[in-house]
Amino acid sequence: MTNGEISVRSLHSFHSVGMTEENIMDKFEIHKGLVVPLDRANVDTDAIIPKQFLKSIKRSGFGPNLFDDWRYLDTGEPGMDNSNRPLNPDFILNQERYKGGSVLIARDNFGCGSSREHAPWALLDYGFHVVIAPSFADIFFNNCFKNGILPIILSADVVDGLFNEVNSNAGYELSVDLPNQTITKPDGKTISFDVDAFRKHCLVNGLDDIGLTLQHVDDIKAYESKRKESAPWLFAPHS
Amino acid sequence: MTSKTLYDKLWDLHVVRTNEDGTALLYIDRHLVHEVTSPQAFEGLRMAGRQPWRADAALAVPDHNVPTTDRSKGIDDPIARLQVDTLDKNCADFGITEFKMMDKRQGIVHVIGPEQGATLPGMTVVCGDSHTSTHGAFAALAFGIGTSEVEHVLATQCLIQKKSKNMLVRVDGELGAGVTAKDMVLAIIGRIGTAGGTGYAIEFGGDAIRGLSIEGRMTVCNMAIEAGARAGMVAADDKTIEYVKGRPYSPTDETWDKAVKEWQQLHSDDNAVFDETIVINGADIEPQVTWGTSPEMVSGVSNSVPDPASEKDAVKSDSMKRALEYMGLTANTPISEIKIDKVFIGSCTNSRIEDIRAAAEVAKGNKVAGNVKLALVVPGSGLIKEQAEKEGLDKILTDAGFEWREPGCSMCLAMNADRLEAGERCASTSNRNFEGRQGQGGRTHLVSPAMAAAAAIKGHFADVRNLGE
Repeated sequence: MTNGEISVRSLHSFHSVGMTEENIMDKFEIHKGLVVPLDRANVDTDAIIPKQFLKSIKRSGFGPNLFDDWRYLDTGEPGMDNSNRPLNPDFILNQERYKGGSVLIARDNFGCGSSREHAPWALLDYGFHVVIAPSFADIFFNNCFKNGILPIILSADVVDGLFNEVNSNAGYELSVDLPNQTITKPDGKTISFDVDAFRKHCLVNGLDDIGLTLQHVDDIKAYESKRKESAPWLFAPHS
Repeated sequence: MTSKTLYDKLWDLHVVRTNEDGTALLYIDRHLVHEVTSPQAFEGLRMAGRQPWRADAALAVPDHNVPTTDRSKGIDDPIARLQVDTLDKNCADFGITEFKMMDKRQGIVHVIGPEQGATLPGMTVVCGDSHTSTHGAFAALAFGIGTSEVEHVLATQCLIQKKSKNMLVRVDGELGAGVTAKDMVLAIIGRIGTAGGTGYAIEFGGDAIRGLSIEGRMTVCNMAIEAGARAGMVAADDKTIEYVKGRPYSPTDETWDKAVKEWQQLHSDDNAVFDETIVINGADIEPQVTWGTSPEMVSGVSNSVPDPASEKDAVKSDSMKRALEYMGLTANTPISEIKIDKVFIGSCTNSRIEDIRAAAEVAKGNKVAGNVKLALVVPGSGLIKEQAEKEGLDKILTDAGFEWREPGCSMCLAMNADRLEAGERCASTSNRNFEGRQGQGGRTHLVSPAMAAAAAIKGHFADVRNLGE
C-alpha cells in the first residue's frame, strides 16, 4: 500500500455517533496519497455510480460499485458479491499500480449530471479523498465538501502535467495540504490552489453546516415574520 | 436604485443574512422531495433529534422507482419497494404531504410542482434532483441539491449559498414550424457546451422564449443543468400568471392580487448587467438530434455525424472518438440514416400534455415501424394521463403501436424495469445521453416529442418538417 500518511478518515458513520452542534465531520488537514489518472472529460455522476445502486437507503457501501459500468465486464446489480465479478482489465482502477489510490485526477467538467450525493459517497467509500480537475460541475463540487472530500481546480495545463508525470512514474503520490492550500509533488515542487474560505473552514474544522445555520435561528425567524407580511401566500397552509 | 437582473431580484428577496465571506443564508420557500435522495437526509434528522423547520413547505412524491405498468399489486423489486415505503414512512413521521404511488396526483416531481401550483413565481424551489432548474420557468430561483442539503433545508428551511454569476441566453426572432423548445435548448447546449453555464444562473430571454408556452419554458429551464447551470429562469409575464391561476396551491382572492403585484416585478431591469450574454437567432434552429454521449454532442437533423479527425482539440477529439465507439456510429453518417430500436416519450423534460399532443399529432393514422421493438409514452403525472385520455390521445398512440403507461421517471434513467438492453438505440425525449443512462450499453439520442414520434413511425431519425415527403 502506498497510501502514506492519511489525516482524513471517512465519515460514513458520522450520523450514527453522537451528534453535537459542531465537529460532526472528520477534519481534513493534510492528505498524502497515490494518484490515479482518469483520463476523461465530462465524467458524469451516472458513470461514477450507476442508478441501480441509488435504491439503497444508506449512505455507505457504494465503494465496490464506484464506476461500475467501466470497472466490471458484467452488469452490476445491488446485492451482488462484487468480489466474484469479472473485472475490466483496461480500466484504470483495476491496474495493479493504482491499487490503494486516494487522489483522483481527471479532465474538465468532472461530476456533471445528476445531483446524487451517492457519487461522493462512492468515491469516499472507495478511498478517494481528493479529486483534481480543471473544472467541476457545481452540485458535485458542493456535495464533495459536505462529505470530507476536497475537490481541487487546477488549470488544464497543470492537470495535463500531472497526467504526464503520473503516467511515467509508478507509485506517484501527492501531498495535499489544505490549511496552506498547497500540493507537494514527489520532486518537492509545490502547486498552490484556491479554495473558498468558508468551505475550507468547515473542512479543516470538520464542522456541520446544519449546526452552523442553527446558530442563526433568530435571523431565520425574523426573515419569516417580515416575509409573511409582504408575501403571505408563501406561508398559507394547505392540505 | 441600481438595475438588477431577475436572478439578483430573486436572490435579494431570499437573503436571511450575509456572512463575512460573501456567502448568504438563503431562505427556501418550497422543498420538493422524492424517494431516491431523501432517505439518508431523514435518517440524519432522526439521529440528531431534529424536526423539520416547516413541514408545510415540503411536498413529496415517489417517481424514480415506481413501475409504469399495473401498480395495483405494488412494486416487485424489493429494494425499490423499500425505498418507496421509506419515503411513505418518513413523510408520515415528519408530517410532510406526499402524493403516494396510487394517488392520481402522483407523477414526476418537476411536473407535479407546477401542476399543483406548489411552484409559484418568486419562490426559491429546491429538490434533491438536478432537474429542479425546471421550475425557473416561473421566474422562480430553482436548483438541485445533494442529500446533505436536503437535510439542511428540512432542518433549517435555509441553505448556505454563494451567489452565481449572471448569464443571459437570448433567443431572438421566432422558431420555425416543427421546431420546439427542446430543439432550442439542445441548440443552446450545442453552442455553449455542457460546462458553458457552470458558475452561472442563466436567464433565458428574447422573443423566441417569450413566444414559448409555459410548458415549453419548463423544457428549456429543465436542461439548464445540462449546460452546467444549476438554475435557469424566465421572466414572469401574463402567460406565467395565467398558468398558475386557480391551481390547488395557488393563492386566491386578495392574496392573489397582492401576489400578482409582486410577480409583475419579476423580470430583469432594462439596464441590468449580465456577466455573459449569448445571442441565438431562433430562425436558425432546426430539429436537433444528439449523436454522442453528452448533450453538447448534438446536431441538426439534416446534418451528419461529425468526424473526430476534424476536431483540433485533442481532449475533445478523444471524447468524440470514444462517444462514436460507444454509440456504434461512423463519422459522416447522415443523422436521418440512423436506425432505432426503441422510443421513449416522457421524463421531466417532455412528459406534459403539450408534449403528448405533439407526439400524437405525428403518430395519428400511422404505425410504429417494424424494426422498433418498443415505443413507450409515459405521461408526467396521473392528471396529465387523465387529460390525455379525455382528449383521446392515448387511443391515437396505442392505435399506432405505442405503449401507454403509468406516470414516473421511467426510462429517462431506468431505475425501474423500463430500460435499454446493451447495444439498443433509442430516440428519447429525456435529458441525458450519458453512457449507460437508459441501461448499461444502451445508446440514447435526445430529441423532441415530435421527432421521437417521427423516428418511431419511420424506424430511423427523420425531419418532422418533411414527414409527408
